[in-house]
Amino acid sequence: MMRPELSRLGNDIRRLVLRAVHHAGAGHIGGVLSAADMLAALYFSELHVDPKKPDWEDRDRFILSKGHCAIGLYAALALRGYFTVAELDTFDAVDSRLQGHPDMRKLPGLDMSTGSLGQGLSPGVGMALGARILHKDFHTWVMLGDGEIQEGQIWEAAFVAARYGLDNLTAILDWNHLQQYGWATQAGYGVIARRDPVDAPVEKWSAFGWRTVECDGHDTADFLAACATARLTHGRPTIIVARTVKGKGVSFMHDDFAWHSKPLSENDLARALAELDAADRAAVPGPASP
Amino acid sequence: MTQRPLLAQRDVFGDTMVELCRQDPRIILLDGDLANSTKSDKVAVAVADRFFMMGIAEQNLAGVAAGMATVGLKPWVSSFAAFLATRDLDQVRVVIAQPGLNVKLAAHYSGLLTGYTGKTHQVVNDIAIMRSLPNMVVVAPCDGVETRAAMIALDAHIGPAYLRLTRDPAPVITGSASPFVLGRGVVLREGTAIALIATGTQAVRTLEASEVLAADGIDAYVLHVPTIKPLDEDAVVAAAQRCRCVLVCEEHSVYGGLGGAVAEVLGRRHPSHVEILGLRDVDGESGPNDALLEKYGLTAGHVARRVRALLAIA
Repeated sequence: MMRPELSRLGNDIRRLVLRAVHHAGAGHIGGVLSAADMLAALYFSELHVDPKKPDWEDRDRFILSKGHCAIGLYAALALRGYFTVAELDTFDAVDSRLQGHPDMRKLPGLDMSTGSLGQGLSPGVGMALGARILHKDFHTWVMLGDGEIQEGQIWEAAFVAARYGLDNLTAILDWNHLQQYGWATQAGYGVIARRDPVDAPVEKWSAFGWRTVECDGHDTADFLAACATARLTHGRPTIIVARTVKGKGVSFMHDDFAWHSKPLSENDLARALAELDAADRAAVPGPASP
Repeated sequence: MTQRPLLAQRDVFGDTMVELCRQDPRIILLDGDLANSTKSDKVAVAVADRFFMMGIAEQNLAGVAAGMATVGLKPWVSSFAAFLATRDLDQVRVVIAQPGLNVKLAAHYSGLLTGYTGKTHQVVNDIAIMRSLPNMVVVAPCDGVETRAAMIALDAHIGPAYLRLTRDPAPVITGSASPFVLGRGVVLREGTAIALIATGTQAVRTLEASEVLAADGIDAYVLHVPTIKPLDEDAVVAAAQRCRCVLVCEEHSVYGGLGGAVAEVLGRRHPSHVEILGLRDVDGESGPNDALLEKYGLTAGHVARRVRALLAIA
């Protein structure tokens, strides 16, 4: 079952992201739209965080390993009250705290700097192991892209996390089935296979000793149930393998690799916002989002 | 030459890590399956709850340390210099140096004297790489006594640092009168004939060369630079002001190491004749230490010969 207020917040993130990318004239969109509902569920339901105390030492940690989707995280943080929604207009500008990829030195609320793909899970392992050493009970969450797990370091971290039985660590795989460019094929020169950057992720993570939980990454109740399972798991880390759609929520971006990263025209923005508004009106009525 | 007691930096590293761990519960040692080589095994035995093996996986090793630093721990990463400076360079750059996290990289087996391993395990450009990373402190102690002092100073320094260590027992030249101060050069010998500037264990061979030269009436000024970054610019300029020319000696490539750092400063503050003794665009190979130092031109005798040649033309 969908959580209507969270679905609306997912679309609020989408709207802010599309406006910010339009305003900046550049930015990643497709992989942000696939993650938007999960970001809403995390920041408005799952994560134990306090926007007024971003350095609270017992907070849950969240690492956006797929750092190119930073604007989605910034939109979630702004909606949650870490900073003003107006600041999203500074995205990608010189002197902005909202860098193209997350910079923990600039923006409070970011638990790790990311952007070079494949690097986010290892600091998550360090935080989870650190929590154990320090006898703290916060949980560490790391969102991964499915293309990103082609990086070898992910599997170094996966091995070590299982070896240490880090049940206070959860990875979330945004399994949107598309990567930026893709693979050459036998079908002919220039015919590129973009679909499914990684085969059988559930089997792979399971073989590495992780508990795997599959869910619909756009069904916030389903996703939060997976999060609850992850929190209750003992003795091993969990990965939530979330089926998602790249470009989710905007028909002309839906499942289209071309919107991985692309400037958004005035007309495109208007069409996209109209679609999101219509979707919210058609959805089960819920309390208005902040 | 003066006979001096021998001490291996790796042994001092292991003992000092145990000492630091006992003083501060936040200190953690992360190992890349080289604990018996790096003497990190002393921690594994003496303070076992601070020792974490991360497998043969240096990229993850660096990232785990970064994560630990963010939750208030003080991680030290221990591996070979060849792997810490190159295998995980992007991880060190992105999650340690760029965020300025408090991670110490203990880079063992630096330079050529790596115990018959050959070029894959001999990194000769790690100073160049590490000092080019914003926020990174780079330290290369000359001997075991200075190693301990440097580790205590680095523990007190909040931020990323690369500690360049060597493997085998080497002469101790640091007396109790010259304690390590982060960012401070150490004048090992006064003189005016030539300024010799060195770092790491090459400083010992450089001091030995100056003793040979002194016997011939050539009084070299010897400056040891244990902290390559931030560089003690005033000490470098003072050395150059005293002497007609400068010879930088390092067990490292002549490209971008201490020689580069010295030339950058002197070019700006005191234009001088600067030469660099080191590896000129070559990798090392496996072999006994003495043979390697001889072949690659790093012995005290090589330093002394280079000084004589320079003074003939300078």
